[in-house]
Amino acid sequence: MAGEARNLTSTGSRPVRVKIDNVVKKFNGRNGEMVALNGVSLDIHDNEFICVVGPSGCGKSTLLNIIAGLLEPTEGKVYCDGKEVTGTGTERGVVFQQYALFPWLTVRKNVMFALEMRGLKRKEAKEKAMEYLEMVDLAKFADSYPKELSGGMKQRVAIARAYAAEPEVLLMDEPFGALDAQTRTQLQTELLETWEKHNKTCFFITHDVDEAIILAQRVIIMSARPGRIKEIVDVNIPYPRTQETKMTQEFIDLKNHIWSQVYQEYLEVRK
Amino acid sequence: MNKENQVGKQPGKSVSWADRIPHWVWLLISLAIAFGLWTLLSVLPATSRAFPNAIKVFGSIKTMYDRGKLLEDIGSSLRSVSVGYLLGFVTAVPIAFLMAWYKPVRFVLEPWIQFIRNIPPLAYVPLIVIAAGVGFKPQVIVIWIACFLTMCITVFQGVINVDETLIKAARVLGAKDRDIFVRVVFPATTPFILTAVRLGASVALTTLIAAESTGAIAGLGMRIRSLNNSFESAPMLLYVILIGIIGICVEKLIKYLERRLTSWQEKREI
Repeated sequence: MAGEARNLTSTGSRPVRVKIDNVVKKFNGRNGEMVALNGVSLDIHDNEFICVVGPSGCGKSTLLNIIAGLLEPTEGKVYCDGKEVTGTGTERGVVFQQYALFPWLTVRKNVMFALEMRGLKRKEAKEKAMEYLEMVDLAKFADSYPKELSGGMKQRVAIARAYAAEPEVLLMDEPFGALDAQTRTQLQTELLETWEKHNKTCFFITHDVDEAIILAQRVIIMSARPGRIKEIVDVNIPYPRTQETKMTQEFIDLKNHIWSQVYQEYLEVRK
Repeated sequence: MNKENQVGKQPGKSVSWADRIPHWVWLLISLAIAFGLWTLLSVLPATSRAFPNAIKVFGSIKTMYDRGKLLEDIGSSLRSVSVGYLLGFVTAVPIAFLMAWYKPVRFVLEPWIQFIRNIPPLAYVPLIVIAAGVGFKPQVIVIWIACFLTMCITVFQGVINVDETLIKAARVLGAKDRDIFVRVVFPATTPFILTAVRLGASVALTTLIAAESTGAIAGLGMRIRSLNNSFESAPMLLYVILIGIIGICVEKLIKYLERRLTSWQEKREI
């Protein structure tokens, strides 16, 4: 089930923002060669929200790192806006699970880092940073250090910092994985709001099936060892989605389907 | 600070009586006990020759000053310690970064740094005297070597332990190699550089005696040896105490710097 064949959703008519073309990634480990990704192809459309689910070790983080330009594919290519990806680029922002804030910089200076890398002058960056902090409702904590913030707040700063680089595509590697259930729900809602407002393309990795369905227009299920796309599930539930969405039959059906697919893969890994 | 002290104590129970007495009072109590012990040592027949009482020891400040040695010795030692130490620092930091950055440099240098680090400086002092002669030069070289080895390893550990994710985060935000070095690797390494600064200072002082056994004509370490030859235990003890005081002052100063510069850290180094 290749990705291209199934673009039947409303996003299908939009131009392709990221094209993943038959990507293979092999690592040389202690026990010889390990194939992490085995021929992954996918078109991500402009302003699309894609979630990737799959058991741990299925190569979803590897795929994200390849799109980000932090890893090179062994075979195949990734294109962003038609240009081949050969390294990192500010049009592709990344939010990491471990927040990756610079602990020696205040919240505001963390955001300013992104702005200054874009070439803004210090003074300009200082003002502009506040706008991004207001977006994630953390203007009050501008002068705090990361260690003084909770996990959820840290991740909001990381999101603000990623937005400050003004990327077209946001790559998120289990960004809410380390947070408690309430904080996660809140951040999901906030993320959807900013996504709808700012027209970003989102590529979001998660192991939480509920989270994938609530957020995504398309859920990519990956199979493990070697990582391949097993199935692409369209989520045709209209936005805005709320907690009540989780009670609808449509949601529950999707959840059962995706969960059983992921669970099968999980059992494969266990073998 | 209090949090750590309270670990293992019953919750609910408020500060213990020991915490209620201010820190400076404890310092006085501690000093008083030390003086008491010292006085005891100075009267016991077995130890009285090695430990003259405090009045004699502090009286020897005047003796040494009048001989024109006190300031000369302090000055000479501080000079060789600070020159050797600074040379150690300015060479250790770049080499530590090179070792962390370039594997060939690391593989060639690291085993030797570890090897020499475990040899007491006193052992190789004669070799340095043969090579560099006597006087100021060999003193500085001995302290330089000792400081360099300790600081280089400490900074090197810091650089290779920089969180990879932070470098990735900077890169995806558009940082170039230079930005990554100046704005990520360097600040991430500061706690280790400051630890190196502190450990190096301590090494510089503990190497002093070895350094001044290179035929020095003045210096705290040299004087202790020469006073030993004339059995003058009062000024000897004075000099021992002086080295301790210098050590404490330097350490306090560096600790203060560490607190100022690395308050952003989640956990503290010991």
